[in-house]
Amino acid sequence: MQYSEIMVRYGELSTKGKNRKDFIRQLGRNVRHSLHDFEGLDIRAQYDRLHVALNGNDSTAVIERLKGVFGIENFSPVIKLEKDFEAVKETALQMIQAQYEPGVTFKINTRRQDHQFEYDTNQINDKLGGHILRNVPGIKVKMKNPDITLRVEVRLNGIFLSSETIPGAGGLPVGTGGKATMMLSGGIDSPVAAYLGMKRGVKLDMVHFFSPPYTSEQALAKAKELTSKVAGYAGSINFIQVPFTKVQETIKEKVPEGYLMTIQRRMMLRIAAAITLARGDKGVFTGESLGQVASQTLESMMAINDVTNLPVLRPLVSMDKTEIIKIAEKIDTYDLSILPFEDCCTIFTPPAPKTRPDLEKTRNFEKLIDVDGLMQEALDGIEVTVIHPGENFMNQSEDVFAELL
Amino acid sequence: MIYFDNSATTKADPEVVSTYDKVSEKIWGNPSSLHQFGEEAFNLLEQSRKQIADLLGASQSEILFTSGGTEGDNWVVKGTAIEKRQFGNHLITTAVEHPAIHNSMEQLKQLGFEVTYLPVDEHGRISIDDLKAAIRPTTILVSIMAVNNEIGTIQPLKEAAEVLKDYPKIHFHIDAVQGIGKAIQDLIMNDRVDFVSFSGHKFHAPRGIGFIYARRGRKIAPLLTGGGQERNLRSGTENLPAIAAMAKALRLLLTDEKQKVAKEAEIKQRIFDHVKKFPLVTTFSEDNDGFAPHILCFAIQGVRGETIVHAFEEQGIYISTTSACSSKKHLASSTLTAMHIPEKLSTSAIRISLDDHNTLAEADEFNKVFDQLYDKFKILSA
Repeated sequence: MQYSEIMVRYGELSTKGKNRKDFIRQLGRNVRHSLHDFEGLDIRAQYDRLHVALNGNDSTAVIERLKGVFGIENFSPVIKLEKDFEAVKETALQMIQAQYEPGVTFKINTRRQDHQFEYDTNQINDKLGGHILRNVPGIKVKMKNPDITLRVEVRLNGIFLSSETIPGAGGLPVGTGGKATMMLSGGIDSPVAAYLGMKRGVKLDMVHFFSPPYTSEQALAKAKELTSKVAGYAGSINFIQVPFTKVQETIKEKVPEGYLMTIQRRMMLRIAAAITLARGDKGVFTGESLGQVASQTLESMMAINDVTNLPVLRPLVSMDKTEIIKIAEKIDTYDLSILPFEDCCTIFTPPAPKTRPDLEKTRNFEKLIDVDGLMQEALDGIEVTVIHPGENFMNQSEDVFAELL
Repeated sequence: MIYFDNSATTKADPEVVSTYDKVSEKIWGNPSSLHQFGEEAFNLLEQSRKQIADLLGASQSEILFTSGGTEGDNWVVKGTAIEKRQFGNHLITTAVEHPAIHNSMEQLKQLGFEVTYLPVDEHGRISIDDLKAAIRPTTILVSIMAVNNEIGTIQPLKEAAEVLKDYPKIHFHIDAVQGIGKAIQDLIMNDRVDFVSFSGHKFHAPRGIGFIYARRGRKIAPLLTGGGQERNLRSGTENLPAIAAMAKALRLLLTDEKQKVAKEAEIKQRIFDHVKKFPLVTTFSEDNDGFAPHILCFAIQGVRGETIVHAFEEQGIYISTTSACSSKKHLASSTLTAMHIPEKLSTSAIRISLDDHNTLAEADEFNKVFDQLYDKFKILSA
């Protein structure tokens, strides 16, 4: 079916009172961003709905992209017709036939804005319904919860038909919830937490710790590639890489084994908090899930959280691993996350980390290292890369391979 | 030379051979090695997998490489039997499968599994009612081929998929070795299928390479255990040159698929319309949507299939008796036997199998030679 436009209905933001205008404007920007490489699209974010005029573009590809934009409740591909009722009948029939399955029920739902049009709402419902009943054997009309609702809108500039409502990603438009940093390791959890953070409208800066030569270039590339995957929901993302070797080596040398991990995490959160404040961000997201590993017990969280009073947001806090994996699969980060490269959380892991670290002891052991000096050194070494959706970091020879494949 | 035996094997495409050569020469590392040679090979392996997955609308982790169609068929049948043996011991397939399925089933039978072979009608097609009736609480696998390799029948895969939606625990396998690139991908990669087997050399890739699609979440036991390649499901160092070559061959195959298939169908039609006019000819393939566009099987009464094949060969036209696998054993075609075609007629059957490199001019040439040979055959037959 050659559709002429996609009609987008807003989600939660419809209820957001005086912020509504900002939400709509941001959603418009995000939709434009996400569809930037289609030529000739006309995108208008209006008060009640957003319209994407396709101007000949393939609707399936546009629909696929829209499914990833937060702040959209649902959308419908629409066919625009001149005010020729015969053509409306024909197209309506084709749309129903395209969705037909034995035993299916339907109804016509007409809205008439143009009161000059030759038929009124009831006449349109009757005439179209009759035409479909005559030409689609076995189909039935059902007013309550039909399988197909064919919407007809008679506007001043034409007649608009739609028969499908496709669920959107929900949530709030990215950018309307402010900005925060995200501690991204490269495992399964952090990309999922990032996704959920963005779903609530937050724009994220990724902070990634790397420890060459203990961690490989591949591990760094993997974190960037994961960022590029979730950037699909945000347009583009700043990727901030923090050199962490010196910190880890010093901790390993000076701190008792049981507290290695706790103090290492404290240093990470300290650095992330410093970056957050320097960038004007308002919080730190992590992929922690309560009880999953030694560093994610309440005691550990308390000992680690001690270093900052910024909000530390943990979208996965009460999720099971299987639930997390399900989302990772849905957002297509799972296969990437399970690639087996050492990251800085897995090296220097003591055989028996304290699952219930004592806050006072933690603070005391930390005095054995030069916290401020190490932090400053790490912050001086950060590098920021802007990462776009679909960028390729893991497989730099992809272009060379293109010729082979 | 006219090559009309593409269901036996296809000629490797020069571009595909060039990929094979280049990969053998330059990207020779073991994908499992940690150093850069391994890394590069690993990347190419995954890139090939992704390309195949994208072409089939699957996800990357759902594609697993094998040595070809036979391995894929063996794997799905026996791997399912091993994996699901505590849930049941009954498998369903059709009476017209390729020996890779049939003989795997027979082997399982000797181990105590029970097998139902669905009968077929005069067109080689199963009935959905038979399928429904065959399902038991202990059924663990339903395996149906997409396109019959001997006469080209397309099985009612969508309908089978619908039936199996009510039995979500049964593994549903489709042998798509003859079905890929024939514009029926929506039937094969349907929303119920769990496993699909493919073979590279049927679409201009080298021998010894193939792959299966395995729906995410469906479990299958490995047959080849060892170093843990292919996510521990199929061990053995990956045949990277052939894998990359196959990824390319699949891309070429599916480019302009519709036009290619239309062309094959036109060639088949021209030969079909011609031979049908002769009284001694019985056609087994039909010229409708229920048959693949590239396979035409018919018999000339009273003349042995081999005699016909050799007579055409003398004229530079290469065809086969029904299937390459059975032709050297002088056996009657198993598909035709299952269709209750008398042995006298089925041993007279020959198969023409086309691909997009064939032309209408070749069909005309075939028809011309057919006319000449028919006069001789008439005498033999009398």
